[in-house]
Amino acid sequence: MNKVFPDATSALDGLLFDGMTLMAGGFGLCGVPEHLTEALKASGVKGLTVISNNAGVDGDGLGILLETRQIAKMISSYVGENKLFEKQYLDGDLELEFNPQGTLAERIRAGGAGIPAFFTKTGVGTLVAEGKEVRNFDGDDYVMESWLKSDVSIVKAWKGDTEGNLIFRKTARNFNAPMATAGKVTIAEVEELVEPGSLHADEIHCPGIFVQRIVDGGNYRKVIEKRTTRPRS
Amino acid sequence: MAWTRDEMAARAAKELSDGFYVNLGIGIPTLVANYIPEGMHVTLHSENGMLGIGPFPYEGEEDPDLINAGKQTVTELPQSSYFDSAASFGMIRGGHINLAILGAMQVAENGDLANWMIPGKLVKGMGGAMDLVAGVQRVVVVMDHNSKAGDAKFLKACDLPLTGTHVVDLLITDLGVFEIDKKDGGVTLTELAPDVTVDVVRERTEANFEVAAGLA
Repeated sequence: MNKVFPDATSALDGLLFDGMTLMAGGFGLCGVPEHLTEALKASGVKGLTVISNNAGVDGDGLGILLETRQIAKMISSYVGENKLFEKQYLDGDLELEFNPQGTLAERIRAGGAGIPAFFTKTGVGTLVAEGKEVRNFDGDDYVMESWLKSDVSIVKAWKGDTEGNLIFRKTARNFNAPMATAGKVTIAEVEELVEPGSLHADEIHCPGIFVQRIVDGGNYRKVIEKRTTRPRS
Repeated sequence: MAWTRDEMAARAAKELSDGFYVNLGIGIPTLVANYIPEGMHVTLHSENGMLGIGPFPYEGEEDPDLINAGKQTVTELPQSSYFDSAASFGMIRGGHINLAILGAMQVAENGDLANWMIPGKLVKGMGGAMDLVAGVQRVVVVMDHNSKAGDAKFLKACDLPLTGTHVVDLLITDLGVFEIDKKDGGVTLTELAPDVTVDVVRERTEANFEVAAGLA
């Protein structure tokens, strides 16, 4: 068994087809798999359904796959940072399914955990619940939501070992951890690829069983979307 | 005189209690963090996967891996912890967060809230708002009493798409404070901003409300 690939392009080899469903980790531009996204752009694969909390910004994150019109549909909770997204959506070139952020996260978690559906209070009585089964438990209404799975999940971690065990850093964990569990194939790119034993077994956030391919991303740009600071007093 | 944004945030901070886990929305609610009383231990939750949000970093110390739900760079505190998005919303949905303070476009007298979508305009998405109002123990809304055009925002019924039904416990506007019985219905005006009269509030409100004893 070898999970290690030399670069993002080779890590995608043999997995891509037009019309496939992709999960892409990150929250805003924090913890996005930037090298795998670049490699997806270069691959030319199109008609993608992309499950991701956000759609990147103009020229960065998933925004680069919008420029090349490789995305046909987004399943997201918030897409407010991207003018090109707005244009393609209003022009009817892009389909969009909004999920409440927690429902999106849980649908992904359920996909990875083999749970086809669950009931949540989130969205009851709103547009989100339209056409879905509502059931009463202990006096309150809950709406049924279904699992999400992907053909390929691309995630970004801080450290990983050659077994695919991953450790994330600070708030860059976000959707990366649940999405790693919900891919038929999950590819992780990491800032630091180490030998087994280097990561403390008690501190692994994502066990290697969920990761089929891993690549050392090398240099990261790690773009900050909203730089906010306080003065030194 | 109506309350300023900071005065509204300071009023909202009175809803905090020692030991609370709290989620603050974007806008005026974010300012509430500046008014946590000295000595009170309050832990701020960020739905992208953090408990214990610290202040903005000093220039040059920004960390791209450390942001809040508004995507702003923040810092960690000694008591901070990180977790993934599914766990984060488990905390919210599971009722573990004591208080959410959110902004709104419209609030109705039955506690309905609309704050994510204006049909015909660009829709950015609901983010975590629907989960927060459905799951958090107590929901406080802070908003301007009227729209820029002067329209009422506290209504008999919301006409914008809803974020949640029967979810708002307390409404703080620049004119005053309203307690909402989201279960059995009924609104009570309990506080007025300085020099604001009940008549002015009535004029600028569509929702029905009672006036607490001593205010009229």
